[in-house]
Formats: sequence, C-alpha cells, structure tokens
Amino acid sequence: MKHFKEFLIEKVIWFCGVTSIVIVVLIFIFLLKEGLSLFKHVNLVDFLFGRKWYPISDPPHFGIFPLVLGSLTVTLGATVIAVPLGIASAIYIAEIASPRIKEILKSGIEMIAAIPSVVIGFIGMTTLVPFIKHYLNLPTGLTAFSGALMLAFMAMPTIVSIAEDAITAVPHKYKEAALALGATRWQAIWRVVLRAASSGIVAAIMLGIGRVIGETMAVMMVTGNAAHIPESLFEPVRTMTATIAAEMGETVQHSEHYFALFAIGIVLFIITFIINLIADLSIHRHRE
Amino acid sequence: MVEKGNKLNARSLNIWFGTIYALKKITIDILENEILSIIGPANSGKSTFLRALNRLNDLNSDFHFEGNIFLDGKDIYRDISIGELRKKIGMVFALPVPLPLSVFENIAYGPRRHGIQDQGRLSEIVERTLTAAYLWDEVKDRLHTSAIKLSGGQQQRLCLARTLAVEPDIILYDEPCSSLDPISTAKIEEAMLRFKHKYTQILVTNNTKQAARVSDRTAFFLMGELVELDLTENMFTCPARKETNDYLSGRFG
Repeated sequence: MKHFKEFLIEKVIWFCGVTSIVIVVLIFIFLLKEGLSLFKHVNLVDFLFGRKWYPISDPPHFGIFPLVLGSLTVTLGATVIAVPLGIASAIYIAEIASPRIKEILKSGIEMIAAIPSVVIGFIGMTTLVPFIKHYLNLPTGLTAFSGALMLAFMAMPTIVSIAEDAITAVPHKYKEAALALGATRWQAIWRVVLRAASSGIVAAIMLGIGRVIGETMAVMMVTGNAAHIPESLFEPVRTMTATIAAEMGETVQHSEHYFALFAIGIVLFIITFIINLIADLSIHRHRE
Repeated sequence: MVEKGNKLNARSLNIWFGTIYALKKITIDILENEILSIIGPANSGKSTFLRALNRLNDLNSDFHFEGNIFLDGKDIYRDISIGELRKKIGMVFALPVPLPLSVFENIAYGPRRHGIQDQGRLSEIVERTLTAAYLWDEVKDRLHTSAIKLSGGQQQRLCLARTLAVEPDIILYDEPCSSLDPISTAKIEEAMLRFKHKYTQILVTNNTKQAARVSDRTAFFLMGELVELDLTENMFTCPARKETNDYLSGRFG
C-alpha cells in the first residue's frame, strides 16, 4: 500500500513536469509553423530590415524594422532608467536601511509588482502623457519616452527584489573582512559586496529587461503606436508586442498578415530567449 | 618577563547584546610585542572581547557597552577614527575569508583603501606579505587567479598576508586554525612566532595546546568573566584558580 502511494505520487509529479514541457514545446512548434509560413511569400531580409509595415495596403509591406527599433528604443530607455535606480534601491534596502524601513520598502516594492499592467498603462495615459506633452512642448505625449518611463516603473520591482536577494545572500563575513582591513562602509559595499553579488545582479537586470521587452498592454497605451522609424525618444513608436496585440484580432486567419504576426512572435521569442539565457548562465555561474 | 610598554588596555569593559550580558568588567593590559592567548569554552566572550578591540561588534545593532579601551593611551571610541583603528589593528578570522577577488587584489585591497595606488609599490607589498605568511612560493605563479580557488590553509595564510599588508601594530586572531590541517596550523604558528618582534598579537583559540605553544601570556575567560591571566608557563603548570585547572585538565569545555 505504502509502495503504491509512493508510486502514485511519483507518477503524478512526473506527469506534471512532463506536461509543462510538452505544452511549451507544442506552443513553440505552433509558433514556428505559423510564423515560418510567411517566408513562402516574403524573404527574410525584407521582413527583418524592411522599413515599411503596411500589412493591409496593396501590395502589403511586411518590414518589421521600425517595430524592432520601437521595441529596442523603449526597452533601452526603460533599462537606462530602471537599472541604476533599481540597483541603488536594492543596495539601500539590503545594506543601509534599518530593519523597519527595510520591511516597509520590501512590501512596497512587492505591491508595485502586483499592479496589473493595464492599470499602469491607464495611469500613464491619464497623468504622464499629458504632463510630457505639456512640459516638453511636444505635439503628442504618446512617445517612446513615456513608454520607457512606464516600463521602467514595471521593471523596477523585478530588478530590486532579485538584486536585493543577491546582495543579502553575500556572506556577512566578506563585509566584516573588508571592514577589518579598514575599508569604509561604502568601500566594503562597492568593492566586495557588489562584486560578490555581481552575477545575481546581472540576472536581475536581464530578467527586468525580459519583462520590459515582453510587456504589451502598458506600452500599447502610452507609446502612440506609429509604425515608423523613430528619430528621437520623443516620438511615437510602435513595439513588436503592441503590433501583435493590436492587429491579431483583425487579420484573416492564414493570410500573409496573420503569418507575419506569428513571425514577429518568433523574433520576440528569440530575443527573450537570449535574455533569459544570459540571466540563467549568470545565476548558474553564481552557484558554482 | 621584562617590563614592556602597554599597547592596549581594556578598562572595566562591559558588553551587552540586547539583554545578554556578554562581557563582565574585563580589565586587561596587553603589552607591546607579546602574544596573548585567550582561551575558554564556547560562549565565554573570547571572540566578543577580540571584536571589541577593532569595533567589529558595532555592526551588531543591539550591541552596547560601558568602559574604555585604550590603544597607545587613546580611547578607541573618542580619540581615534574607526578607519585608523582598523588600520592599526588587523584581524584574521576563524574561517578563511578571501574576498571574491584575485590573490593579488585580496592583498592590495587594504593598501588601496589607505591610499596606495602605485602598481609597483602594491606588487612589492604583495610579495613581501605573501612571503611573510609562507605563501609566496605556492601562489607566485597564480597571483591573478581567484583567491577562492586556493586550498583552505592557503586561504588562511592569504588572509594573514592581507592583514599584514595594511601594516598594523596589532594582529587579532579569532581561532585562526580551527578549520585547518596540522601542517597549515604549524605554518600559521611559525609565522606568529616570527612576527613577535614587530607586532602585538592576540590569539583567541579553542586549542589550549596551541596557546601553550605560541603565547607569552594566557587569559582564561569563563561566562564573560576574566578568570585568570598569567604567564603561559605558570598557567599551564599551576593555575591559580580551580576553574582554570578544571578547564585545562578537560573536566569541561
């Protein structure tokens, strides 16, 4: 009887594990099958580097270059804002804050992570967008910059909490050793604690970026969605994710347009995969 | 023993961690260039005393104390900055703690913090201190590999070299050999004896034989109190107090 129970539990766990893998593989196969069908009609170079995304004109143009640039601009902007702020707050929470403030800040950051992205988009649309339009004197506040700000806000919790864990995990003895050598508190943090936590911090940054590049709803609401190549941060852009979300409902199934949206999905998948891989390798290196 | 100058003086030092009364009215004069061993069972306050001398206890948020500690006649809380204090009083920990840097950078860490940036001088310091810690021959070809790859005994000698690089007057050892094999232990002890002309050394150890081998004087701590302090040879041949005798003869601890 006991044996049977063990056997059953083992099989159930095995089944759960295998199921998740199978589902991921199936999604991936489906994505590939639908996406790659596009290349019967459009060649790869035109798709990746074409400057025009006019999917429903005649003849249609499926150049995703502006969309890739849109995603990269917003992501890069968000990264530049979120990484220094995120790492700095992680250091503050892990090393400097008193236990009480630490608890308050940690739960505060987890609260931010719990805000649905559509709510963040909505807040951005009603507060940030008019603010930017008015104070930067732009024709529209729906810009890459607005998107970057909102996404930075969304990436922060990920970066802060993972980086904070990595910094807290650095053995206390490292800091003591550095202090005993006469280093100041800041020198000990900068040269020793951060160095020891560096791979965890890289992982935090990568996961934050991964979150940003895959984000759809907030970015669709505040970036203006104009599929053209942006010349500055203060112009509307359209990201890959927003394109898929906005157009998928209106395409004819198995049309070129439909396949093209899947092909964008593959590009996104590859980018996110690479980012997660870097994060993973970094965490792995940390464990060794 | 000949009269030597007083180096460090603890005067009625009381230490609490929260409500725990960890050190009770400790008064000790530590003489220049001596090796003082502190022995005693676990939780007797040996490490706490050591960590009071370079103010590492301050990191503990519920730490508070009464009394004074003087280094060369100056109160370590009032007359000396914490950086200066820790430059003068180096410390070797129980478990080797190489910083997550290369061998070279581990040693250069202290001197750099104290303003030495010149690569040539740093190289000279690295070679001199590693030689003094009996480690140079083993690591001279891999100064730029990570210090974490060294063996435990090598790591501990690296930590000793790193402490020397700051050029302290006093070196504190907090059970430096507790995780080492006998050969590495012997090397550390040999280094300690050779340093005698240059440094004042305080050794906290659980190994009473080690105290007997290296130290000039020995202090016996029990439950936060200094029970007895005497020349090592006296202490180990005819201890004045019954508790000391019981501890040394292995009746507890």
